[in-house]
Amino acid sequence: MNVIPPPTIIPPTPDAPIVSLRAVFKSFGANNVLQGISLDVAKGETICIIGPSGSGKSTLIRCINALVPIDSGSIQVQGIEVNDPHLDKLSLRRRVGIVFQQYNLFPHKTALENIMMAPITVLKQEKAEVEARARALMKKVRLAGKEDFYPGELSGGQQQRVAIARSLAMRPDVMLFDEVTAALDPETKKEVLVTIQDLAKDGMTCIVVTHEMGFAREVSNHVYLTEHGLIVEHAPPAEFFSNPKDARTREFLSQVL
Amino acid sequence: MQPVYDWFREFYERTGINLTFIYDGFDRARMIKGFWLTIELSIITIVLSVLVGVLGAWLQRTRLKPLRAAVDGFVSLFRNTPPLVQIYFFYFGLGFMLPRVLDPSTGSMVPLITNVQWAILSLSLFAGAFNIEIFRSGIEAVPNSMIEAADSLGYTRTQIYWKIVLPLAIRNSLPALGNNLVNLVKTTNLAYAIAVPELMYVSKQIWSDATNVREMMIFLLIAYIVLVQLLVVFLNWLERALKIPGYGQTEGA
Ligand SMILES: Nc1ncnc2c1ncn2[C@@H]1O[C@H](COP(=O)(O)OP(=O)(O)OP(=O)(O)O)[C@@H](O)[C@H]1O
Ligand SMILES: [Mg+2]
Repeated sequence: MNVIPPPTIIPPTPDAPIVSLRAVFKSFGANNVLQGISLDVAKGETICIIGPSGSGKSTLIRCINALVPIDSGSIQVQGIEVNDPHLDKLSLRRRVGIVFQQYNLFPHKTALENIMMAPITVLKQEKAEVEARARALMKKVRLAGKEDFYPGELSGGQQQRVAIARSLAMRPDVMLFDEVTAALDPETKKEVLVTIQDLAKDGMTCIVVTHEMGFAREVSNHVYLTEHGLIVEHAPPAEFFSNPKDARTREFLSQVL
Repeated sequence: MQPVYDWFREFYERTGINLTFIYDGFDRARMIKGFWLTIELSIITIVLSVLVGVLGAWLQRTRLKPLRAAVDGFVSLFRNTPPLVQIYFFYFGLGFMLPRVLDPSTGSMVPLITNVQWAILSLSLFAGAFNIEIFRSGIEAVPNSMIEAADSLGYTRTQIYWKIVLPLAIRNSLPALGNNLVNLVKTTNLAYAIAVPELMYVSKQIWSDATNVREMMIFLLIAYIVLVQLLVVFLNWLERALKIPGYGQTEGA
């Protein structure tokens, strides 16, 4: 008889980080994408991850909700060890929401249905209660009145805000954003950034991969710069942008600012 | 109706065009039965073949290699052999290996599976094999990012398949599925070969008795055109009913 050990759950202490990465390594074949990433995110904090294309930002963020399995190291989300062969994926994923660059809404469902589906299907919550919450979320992302529109009938920015609401409907503790405004024009970008800013203000823990330096500077509590799978520098935004220590940070900032 | 029958009898006497299945009570009865049987065969095999397709395409995605291999084998076998051979194989090959059972209503021994049931089974598997391939490509056309989004929301593999992949795959598959189902309706007439009294079979009986081959041939052509047209109208309705606003067009402004 093989006894399967129970999934590792470390009881969280009050000020323990809600997300904690330690020496995370990941390669795709010979491509070493993450080469020892460590970072901590406290509850209610918003961090921004910036860095050149291909530096592993998307991979990093996707490791946190186990979309990408890591090779070694440790990732903990509220005491759940993500790099555990016996990981209970559902218990992780109901705690971690993710929003992608390409929205990825379900095209055959209306905006409201997109938001309602997962709580009903996955969490088996009661429909009436979920619907009330979904309508409230539509208001929160400033899309009241668009409930019965299909994704194909909405603008990119509107779709992205539905995607955010869809993640929020699961009542996650952490939200991951992977370049969610990269596919949008400047006008609609703002709507989405404001939505994320609102969330951060309300105390949601947000991990935001972005090329929007203005957003990183104004909204985040901490900024990380990645390059070649390593964190080059990290600091609170005021310090990070006005007084970067590493030459590579200065080089990167000079290109994007 | 009697005046209609009389008119067609008289029409035969005047022109030599002999439509016995209208004016002759006996021929009319068997024609109606045959027509209905073709409609029944069509509807039942359409439903079953779609189920075979959905189930097979689903099994092709399991992690169990032997199961996937079995589905692949099934698909090749039924796609790459003539449907008539398949019907014969079932009816003569398998049918005769099965025991006979007592029919309580007549007191005689009858086959466990009737020729109509063999025809339904064989035609459903034949069209089902094509449907598996059709649904498979429909599934492959569903973007992986959609599956990832559902995965991130905590959906299980099964929920992803039934709630997201399948509804989109069916829409992707509809044009190819329509072609295959039209083909299936036309193929139901192969049941003729194992004496299933469907449209083709009764027509043959009628022309043997009344020697009106020419009339029956024309009638058969028209009858199948009507049947296929009914299916096409249904498929068009289905396509419209399943249409998603804004989907398949360019992304919203
Ligand atoms: N599933 C995968 N299989 C193989 N290689 C991958 C995979 N995903 C990412 N990579 C590779 O990993 C590297 C880092 O990719 P990643 O998407 O994490 O970068 P990024 O920092 O998000 O870049 P961008 O700013 O362009 O989005 C790239 O070289 C990419 O080709
Ligand atoms: Mg990326």
